[in-house]
Amino acid sequence: MIRDITIGQYYQTDSLLHRLDPRTKLMGTVVFIVSLFMAGNWLCYVLAAVYLALMIRLSHVPFHFIVRGLKAVVILLLISVGFNLFLTGGETVLVQWGIFRITLEGLKQAAFMALRLIFLIMGSSLMTLTTTPNQLTDGLETGLGFLKKLHVPIHEIAMMMSIALRFIPILIEETDKIMKAQMARGADFETGNLIQKARALVPILVPLFISAFRRATDLAMAMEARCYHGGENRTKMKPLQYEKRDRLSYLVLAAYLAAVIVLGRML
Amino acid sequence: MGIIKASKLIYDYIKRDEDGNPDGIKRAVDQVDIDIEAGQFVAILGHNGSGKSTLAKHMNALLVPSQGTVWVGEKDTSLDENLWDVRRTAGMVFQNPDNQIIGTVVEEDVGFGPENIGVPTKEIWERVERSLDAVGMTLYRHHSPNKLSGGQKQRVAIAGVMAMKPRCIVLDEPTAMLDPNGRREVIRTVRELNRAEQITVILITHYMEEVIEADRVFVMDEGRVVMEGTPVEVFARTAELKKYRLDVPQVTELAWELSQAGLPMSEGILTIEQFTEEIMKLYRQKSGA
Repeated sequence: MIRDITIGQYYQTDSLLHRLDPRTKLMGTVVFIVSLFMAGNWLCYVLAAVYLALMIRLSHVPFHFIVRGLKAVVILLLISVGFNLFLTGGETVLVQWGIFRITLEGLKQAAFMALRLIFLIMGSSLMTLTTTPNQLTDGLETGLGFLKKLHVPIHEIAMMMSIALRFIPILIEETDKIMKAQMARGADFETGNLIQKARALVPILVPLFISAFRRATDLAMAMEARCYHGGENRTKMKPLQYEKRDRLSYLVLAAYLAAVIVLGRML
Repeated sequence: MGIIKASKLIYDYIKRDEDGNPDGIKRAVDQVDIDIEAGQFVAILGHNGSGKSTLAKHMNALLVPSQGTVWVGEKDTSLDENLWDVRRTAGMVFQNPDNQIIGTVVEEDVGFGPENIGVPTKEIWERVERSLDAVGMTLYRHHSPNKLSGGQKQRVAIAGVMAMKPRCIVLDEPTAMLDPNGRREVIRTVRELNRAEQITVILITHYMEEVIEADRVFVMDEGRVVMEGTPVEVFARTAELKKYRLDVPQVTELAWELSQAGLPMSEGILTIEQFTEEIMKLYRQKSGA
């Protein structure tokens, strides 16, 4: 059961969005999020919705996969809608009930906030669904390469991320093994209150940590043996290269952002 | 001078107490002299704690001698400026297949070494293709290493080393964590590389069956090289091997027991074929007489 956990929620299929350079997709997501926060009126939201729907169509990812990402933030969504609904001041009072008061402005604000969050989550899940974790790390490393001049160890960070991704399934399997070994010797992870359950995890964590450290030493040695010495003078097997489709995407992106700004000023 | 040569090599592990102060030393490798010719298939045998892994790590400059010298491709491993040359000359494959694969996709892992030494992109792809082909893993190039069997993972690790075009591969107990099938798979691959690509192979192991076809065998015990010779020469000294807590292959053992019991078996029987031949010869002699 524990092995079913999947990290990063990549959806395997072939589509234009899948083939785009990860840097383009990262940029696209950032621009989309920025556009959501710049949106001043409902026209902008309609445009964002149309744009998002178009992207989802292009990605060939089933719609319910994208909606699934929303489940995790339902509570956050409710809280922020609640706050906006009840705490926004305004002239036109719609409902008055004790100290609670809902105004037209509040309703509008809450609806915008809800849309903004929903679109934000959907937009960023669309990126993780169409980009493998590895491409994502690659995209971050190359896209943020300028940070190297500011002495940010961007290659090292990307390398750590990709090694972590590689070892997650191994460590999960190991946890499973240790749990079974402890259960075979009578350990009880099921009963008791929260504190007792947490305490029962200690005999799992200790061997898990020890083995993780041992693996880290081994891996470091294996990397050194294969001449790893940081990012300097390193070539790439799969260098990122912008294609025609990426340049077109940037144009679409710029047009979209411009449209949002223009529409925002119109009403 | 051969491709790898050690002269009066001594390596001491410094034991430390809880505060990190030196608290005695353990001599892991003691006065070892070896000289390995290019193109050979050499096996180093030894029981746990015999110092064979420590010796292996000297061949890749992961460890440098406490005393004495090691030369890899005629370069002294203790000099910093030789470090990368040494590691490019002698590649290393380790015991645990999971802990030496860095990439999340097979082909990316094979490309890791060439990336590190600055090979141009186009050539990396050529090298990756060749190496995967050489170990017979081309079909799995887009797979995640987590989904492979132990033997397949070790073959990927070997391909990863091959892609750096070393002249020599050091394998530190590559089969210790594998099942018998995986073991055969890895040994067959290594032997094939030795034959087809003339790569020097140094196989460190404690499985006797794996050393039968080696050109030379070194036996280590308590940090010293105690026996040296061809497999036939080494396995002929069954009683001595037992002293070093090493077993001989089953057929060799049986032949030895038979000769102890008074049957005139010749020495140096390593395979079942040789054994049956020998028995048939004795049988014919007896029925003829």
